[in-house]
Amino acid sequence: MTTPEARAADATRAPTSRGSSRVPFFLGAPSVVVAGITLLPIAYLLVRTAEAGASRVAEIVLRERTVLLIGRSVLLAALVTSLSIAIGVGLAFLATRTDLPGRRVLAGLAPLPLAIPSYVAAFAWISAVPELAGLAGSVLVLTLCCYPYVYLPVLAALRRADPGVEEVARSLGRSPSQVFREVTLRQVRPAAAAGGLLVALYTLSDFGAVSILRYDVFTRVIYTAYRSSFDRSTAAVLSLILVLLTVAISVGESRVRRRDIARVGAGVSRAVQPVRLGGLRFPLGGAAGVVLALALVFPIGSLLWWFLNGLSAGIDGVHLAESVAATAWLALLGAVACTLGAVPVGILAARHRGSFTTVVEQITYAGHALPGIVVALALVFLGVRVVPWVYQEAPLLVLAYVVLFVPTAVGAVRSSVAQSSVRGEEVARSLGATPTDVLRRVTLPLAAPGIGAGSALVLLTCMKELPATLLLRPTGTDTLATSLWTETGVGAYGAAAPYGLALVVLAVLPTIWLMRLTDRERGTPR
Amino acid sequence: MSTLSIRDLDVTLGDHAVLRGVDLEVPSGSITAVLGPSGCGKTTLLRSVAGFVRPESGEVRIGDVLVSGAGRHLAPERRGVALVPQEGALFPHLTVGQNVAFGLPRAERRRSPRVAEVLDLVGLAGFAARRPAELSGGQQQRVALARALAPDPSLVLLDEPFSALDAALRESVRTQVREALERSRATALVVTHDQDEALSVADSVAVLDDGRIQMHDSPQAVYRSPSGLGVARFVGQCVELPASVSGGVAVTALGPMRVEAVPPGSGLAQGVVVLRPEQLRLLPLTTGEGTAGEVVGGEYFGHDALVRVRIGGNDSPLEVQVRTLGEIPERGAVRVGVSGPGRFYPA
Repeated sequence: MTTPEARAADATRAPTSRGSSRVPFFLGAPSVVVAGITLLPIAYLLVRTAEAGASRVAEIVLRERTVLLIGRSVLLAALVTSLSIAIGVGLAFLATRTDLPGRRVLAGLAPLPLAIPSYVAAFAWISAVPELAGLAGSVLVLTLCCYPYVYLPVLAALRRADPGVEEVARSLGRSPSQVFREVTLRQVRPAAAAGGLLVALYTLSDFGAVSILRYDVFTRVIYTAYRSSFDRSTAAVLSLILVLLTVAISVGESRVRRRDIARVGAGVSRAVQPVRLGGLRFPLGGAAGVVLALALVFPIGSLLWWFLNGLSAGIDGVHLAESVAATAWLALLGAVACTLGAVPVGILAARHRGSFTTVVEQITYAGHALPGIVVALALVFLGVRVVPWVYQEAPLLVLAYVVLFVPTAVGAVRSSVAQSSVRGEEVARSLGATPTDVLRRVTLPLAAPGIGAGSALVLLTCMKELPATLLLRPTGTDTLATSLWTETGVGAYGAAAPYGLALVVLAVLPTIWLMRLTDRERGTPR
Repeated sequence: MSTLSIRDLDVTLGDHAVLRGVDLEVPSGSITAVLGPSGCGKTTLLRSVAGFVRPESGEVRIGDVLVSGAGRHLAPERRGVALVPQEGALFPHLTVGQNVAFGLPRAERRRSPRVAEVLDLVGLAGFAARRPAELSGGQQQRVALARALAPDPSLVLLDEPFSALDAALRESVRTQVREALERSRATALVVTHDQDEALSVADSVAVLDDGRIQMHDSPQAVYRSPSGLGVARFVGQCVELPASVSGGVAVTALGPMRVEAVPPGSGLAQGVVVLRPEQLRLLPLTTGEGTAGEVVGGEYFGHDALVRVRIGGNDSPLEVQVRTLGEIPERGAVRVGVSGPGRFYPA
């Protein structure tokens, strides 16, 4: 869960290095290893597909069912994306530019659904309204989980936008609603588009929610194909098609993000005169309230209801405690591994720009576009065939976490290193420190808080991860996510609820803390 | 402390030749300023000496050691050159004492009398436990100097060291830094675009423009006898008078005057005579000395003023600037006198 806001801020920060672009070996070598690890799953899927032979691949691709599958996935992604854009832009505008009562509370609560794992929300809904299984439920649940991907960057764009431009438009004779359409919406369009593409990416990659809601899209069918047949080429080929889709979307996303409208001139941002909603304040405020109720209150309420229901039947406290411990332990391993891998790549990206760095950095970002189920599947194949002694042991799962979440950690390292000045490192060199000394005594201590926050974010993301954990977890180990999955699968909603609640507590509280932290950092000068 | 000598240095960044055949010698224990407009290559020169930029050709020697040249390029950490960058660049995660101790050998970092010694040298005794964020800009700059001096470097490089300070602070910090450098008998190279800074801090000034050293001499010589019109204009304000000269005397709109630097051969030559505004004086109308003119405006600075005077009547009007103490006189007729020789540059 890299917030799109953080990614957008990251992209606009120019590299500050002016020194030599020669890449030191002690950064270059580990970076190449990390990039190699990231490429492993795709490479293995390609090998696997090649082995299946052209005619077999053609047969799988051209099956009527495959075409139908592409249609369903694209339909789901399109519906979720357009609804998320409407809700995200609407809420961001209400929160920043109007006199809506309670808009501060709205601004604080609106991003929180991001922290509820989509499969937990899916569980909360289907356990209460079983009729939701299928397309409608998937659209509802995924939209409510994903709209913050649009809301956050649009909110940032609205806060950053120069209100002077809107005032000029008013003074040139435009009405408030014309200004909204012609000026305000234009200013947030790049942010909304980038957020929308992230939503599409997330929807195509989502495994847990669509599986629990029993809607057959790529991820669910790949999983079924893997579980039900000895011939794994179907799963491999479908995975590759899904990767093609997600890669296309993430290329689009990075293009749009780069085109963000630059602010002309450096005027000081000041408070905007809020738009008076007048009689519209009740319907609009009501609509915002309904969104928050559906996205936050209902899922948590449903979890609590099942939890209390389950209490009377008795809760397996031992298994819950074991799940918490296993979740924390595996996520900690994942966070440490991601951070260790991200440090060399992030420092290269911040300090030694050049074609080598660009290639390495882009490769490590591949994880952004890889659905968890695909990475998991590739590593299962690889594990069974090449390294059977680590198959269903912790190292292979940690490897999957690295592929999936090293981009988040690289982003954190890169931006926190770029924040400190290159001059300090040069002074250190001139005072006799070798490049590795400089890293140990200056660069890393200065970047430590940012890198720490990045690691915490990866830790949380690993805790919530479902598909890779499900396929690769050590034999006999259950995490919160897999326990919830198992109990939901057999319809034991009361037994599943404690795991869902624990996940929400684990995810939501740190998210609030992290948002406070970033707000405060931005609030202080310099 | 050692002599810095730069011979025939060429530096290319990308495909742009930034430095072309630069020669510069900084004698041991002296302070040399490299003065030039922004983009002239002065920061690149400094970074080449420090070892962050690899020169195309030419050599850099510090004392007897060849640090760059003949296929050799010593890493920055092995040059014994200490850097004082713009705005100090103190390590924000370390205390003042830890900053100063940064370049000392590991065993001495914890408890070295050297830290207190150099802090005292820059006038900040007792500041060792402070955090950089608690210091004013001028104090940060002096800590940066102390940090550079602590390991007893062969050479100290200062990059626009005072430009980030506000005007009131700049002069006092400048004096303190100069005194600290003198007391430590450091060899120092200061890079700056500020004429006042270069002239007041350094023992000698090298004017760098267009990638070449245009002139290298004492501050007085650079100001009084610039080697060319470009140097004259860059080092300070100029009064430029079209002139014809013969036998060491120039005929100008301000009357005949003695000039220096007349080309040998001594025939009649056309060109420009350059004076500094403080060489001109306003005279009362009654004296009859000097040249008739008319005050048309001026700029008031407090400590002095620049008065614009039009001379030469309506046929060939020419504006000259006169530096005066006191107020700008009312518009109207005055007379302008000249003291000291002008400097002649043939057209």
